[in-house]
Amino acid sequence: MTLLRGRGYASVNYPTGMNLGGDPSQAIIHATTMGGFVVTLSSVDLGQGLKTVVAQCAAETLGIPMENVIIDTADTDTGPHCMGTFASRGTHRVGNAVIMAAREAREVMLQVAADELEVDAGDLETDGTGFVRLKGSPATKIHISDIALAAHFKQGKSISGRGIFLKERSYPVPETGEMDPDSCQAHACTVAEVEVDDETGIVTVLRMYNTYEIGRALNPAMVAQQVEGGAWMGVSHAIFESTEPYYPASRAHGPIDFCEYLMPGPAEIPVQTSVILERPASNGPFGAKGIGEMTANAPIPAIANAIFDACGVRLTTMPFTPESVLRGLDALRAA
Amino acid sequence: MTVTIVNLKVNGVDQAFMARPGTTLLLALREQLGLTGAKRGCAQGACGSCTVLLDGAPVVSCLVPATTVDGADIATVEGLADGQQLSDVQQAFLDGFATQCGFCTPGMLMSAEALLARNPDPTADEVNEAISGNVCRCTGYAPIVSAILDAAERRRNRVEATH
Amino acid sequence: MAKINPIDPDYFKDERAAPGFKVIGTTVPRSDALGHVTGRTEFFEDRTFPNLAHLKIHRSPHHHALIDSVDTSHAEQTPGVLRVLTYKDVPANWYGVLRLIGIGPDDEPVLAEDRVIYKGEPIVAVVADSEAAALEGASRVRVSYTELPAVLDVEEAMSPDAPIIKRAGTNYFVYEGHHSRRIRFGDVEAGFARADHVFDWRYSSAPIEHAPTETTGCIVVPQSNGRLLIHSNTQAAFFTLDNTALIINRAPTDLQVKGGTVGGGFGGKVDVMVEPLACIAATLTNRPVKFVYTREEEMQVSSPRAAERIYIKDGVLSDGRIVARKIMLYVDAGAYARHSPYGATKAAAHLPGPYTIPNVHADCHCVYTNRTPSSAMRGFGVTIADFAIESQMDRIARALDLDPLEFRLRNAYRDGDLKAHRKVASGTALIEVIQRAAELVGHELPEEYRAMSSTTPRGAQA
Repeated sequence: MTLLRGRGYASVNYPTGMNLGGDPSQAIIHATTMGGFVVTLSSVDLGQGLKTVVAQCAAETLGIPMENVIIDTADTDTGPHCMGTFASRGTHRVGNAVIMAAREAREVMLQVAADELEVDAGDLETDGTGFVRLKGSPATKIHISDIALAAHFKQGKSISGRGIFLKERSYPVPETGEMDPDSCQAHACTVAEVEVDDETGIVTVLRMYNTYEIGRALNPAMVAQQVEGGAWMGVSHAIFESTEPYYPASRAHGPIDFCEYLMPGPAEIPVQTSVILERPASNGPFGAKGIGEMTANAPIPAIANAIFDACGVRLTTMPFTPESVLRGLDALRAA
Repeated sequence: MTVTIVNLKVNGVDQAFMARPGTTLLLALREQLGLTGAKRGCAQGACGSCTVLLDGAPVVSCLVPATTVDGADIATVEGLADGQQLSDVQQAFLDGFATQCGFCTPGMLMSAEALLARNPDPTADEVNEAISGNVCRCTGYAPIVSAILDAAERRRNRVEATH
Repeated sequence: MAKINPIDPDYFKDERAAPGFKVIGTTVPRSDALGHVTGRTEFFEDRTFPNLAHLKIHRSPHHHALIDSVDTSHAEQTPGVLRVLTYKDVPANWYGVLRLIGIGPDDEPVLAEDRVIYKGEPIVAVVADSEAAALEGASRVRVSYTELPAVLDVEEAMSPDAPIIKRAGTNYFVYEGHHSRRIRFGDVEAGFARADHVFDWRYSSAPIEHAPTETTGCIVVPQSNGRLLIHSNTQAAFFTLDNTALIINRAPTDLQVKGGTVGGGFGGKVDVMVEPLACIAATLTNRPVKFVYTREEEMQVSSPRAAERIYIKDGVLSDGRIVARKIMLYVDAGAYARHSPYGATKAAAHLPGPYTIPNVHADCHCVYTNRTPSSAMRGFGVTIADFAIESQMDRIARALDLDPLEFRLRNAYRDGDLKAHRKVASGTALIEVIQRAAELVGHELPEEYRAMSSTTPRGAQA
């Protein structure tokens, strides 16, 4: 038995959003009596953290603390339309819609504050802690709860805003495929190091080095979640997963539970070292690009290339099972 | 259909429910006792989302017949926190960004609590083994393993501080 | 403590200058994490309703068969069974989820009518007092079939002598008169003629399951005003609402979808598979109805990531410049279209990968076979294409004895390049992620390659 080590590379790009028929999302924001800002959406959080990241977009734009932002989402009676959570579109589309709504609400908030302080709204700024203050004269200030109360009960104004982001429809030209389907591209490069057991055919992914260009890291810990969780799925796709192990020859032997449908467990995960680059997208919320899907992609070919580097077997069919490795080794020996 | 009355302790509180034949502990907890923290991910005992502690040992509650837990002491995710005070494992998961969709989290937490109760200073390999029956599709496991090791350290530090 | 990956400040320094952000760029806690660790996060199935009824499905055991007869009498007599539904109970039985954006035809029945074209296709729905009774009732449905030959290979399905399995008349989705979504850019044959080397290889994949820890499901609750409240783990609330309204022939205002908290999706919860039947069942029984996939259904019946087969033929100059790339790509859509026509178009827009190649020819086929319909999954159209492209790049580099990263850098797309689908590239950073990865692993690049930049136009740099 020999453990053979190899290194493989892959570099990819990935589109944010995928539009053919028009791809919109909307947001509505309103202030409550005491200065809570409710962001109403119909968007879905699959676990990637959309609720958190759009709250950050709202807080940043409104210039208020995170604690004052309430996300109310995914009730079609109250939330305005969202196309859905797919195609790495959530942060980009919903984030942009929230920023647009927050800008409109902020404008009203500053005008109400200006009337209370008897100054010009253009001379006001937010301090991020809950106050609106006069530029250059920070002692002249008013808290957002007082602004909201004044708006409700004194000035009779609705501190609210509407936002929509629409990626306009683009039908492909049938003859050439000319089209404009996406909003921006994120990028990744993976270097995978594997060990191949030439007796069992088992591939172990030892280490992955990843660089990701993601536009803007809106929440660095959640970036780490997305890139490393996604890279794990890439490893899983590469060496384990299929609902039809003998595709396409036979539809039999399909797994029906997690005992048969294999994925890497905690003892089978590579050490991941990742570096983030930021090239803000001109149309992204604070420059962010969508990265939820991309992160699973580069590991797969990087692992295939590392297997070849390790043992000379070129695997062209996913997943890279021990059986396929052993058959490849047999073919090499026979040659 | 014979119905059995099952008396048990859940999170330290005396409870009772009526169990029809075929009812599992998971469904009794969720549908009769209103404790929906334990999740039904597969109903085959293979995903670990329904993990609870039965007399201190982690079990997949979707495979435990409800009629067999009479007199047992059950711990679920709802009982981990002491009021607002999260357990070390809960706090470590929170601080370590060890949750994404959150569906596997209650089961992960219970497997981790059981591990730390019997082994206050586990190695990473021992953590891997303890959660090997808990499927997570989002995180890639690394943050979960780190959080459990972090929780173990927090617990040991607390014990040292009180001595 | 949370792991945070370093952000390298030296790349795109001018562009990334942050104008005094207070919240953006900082690690704020996840707003949902406290609920997750205390078990209080409410997923759709965590709601309980008195009088809840359950829906289960009787499915086809055959890949391809005519339905001769369906006998539901034993199912109806099963204790606890409230109602048995066939296609006759579905007001607009034929649908296609992409009709909302104008893509047809409606090629899929909610419940099978005269034939089944994949193993697992739903035929009869049984609504009962308990899950056990619904399962028992579903098992007592009797269907007699005449089996037909199955088509299980994408290229066989495309061949002229293959049995036609689709009522539209072709075993593939028709893109405005074409058998594929095509890319035509430059003159690929002229490129091959000019090339010093030509490489032609094949890649393929098997279907992959989303495997969310929470299976697809919903609970539909009739409201006192006659509306239906749908608690769902859909990835797209209005998409589900609008498609459901069309299928059950109710005004969209009769429906309300509540969701937004999902135990993993990965593309597996955008097919609108459970809500229409649960709505019909709730209406007919006037009871709350739960329809949730078992793990087995999730793995074998719900849409997987499509299997793909990809042929790539490249023409390369001796110095490592790729001058032509021809791609034949087959997406195995399985029995019905769902989101796959869209996925094949997404693949077309992605080709030839992040490289600037002057001559590109691609045919991306969305092919129907007698297997579980595939649909959206994390990166569909791209993930398997990337496996093929990046394997191809590695093989060419080895064949020409080129450094694998230098070979990629030489061909990497840059700002201002015209992509094969005739969109001008902007905001590119492939060169930089390769350079940084090389640095990360100590892979030395010659100065010429370290000096490359995505922002420097191709012509200005050799």
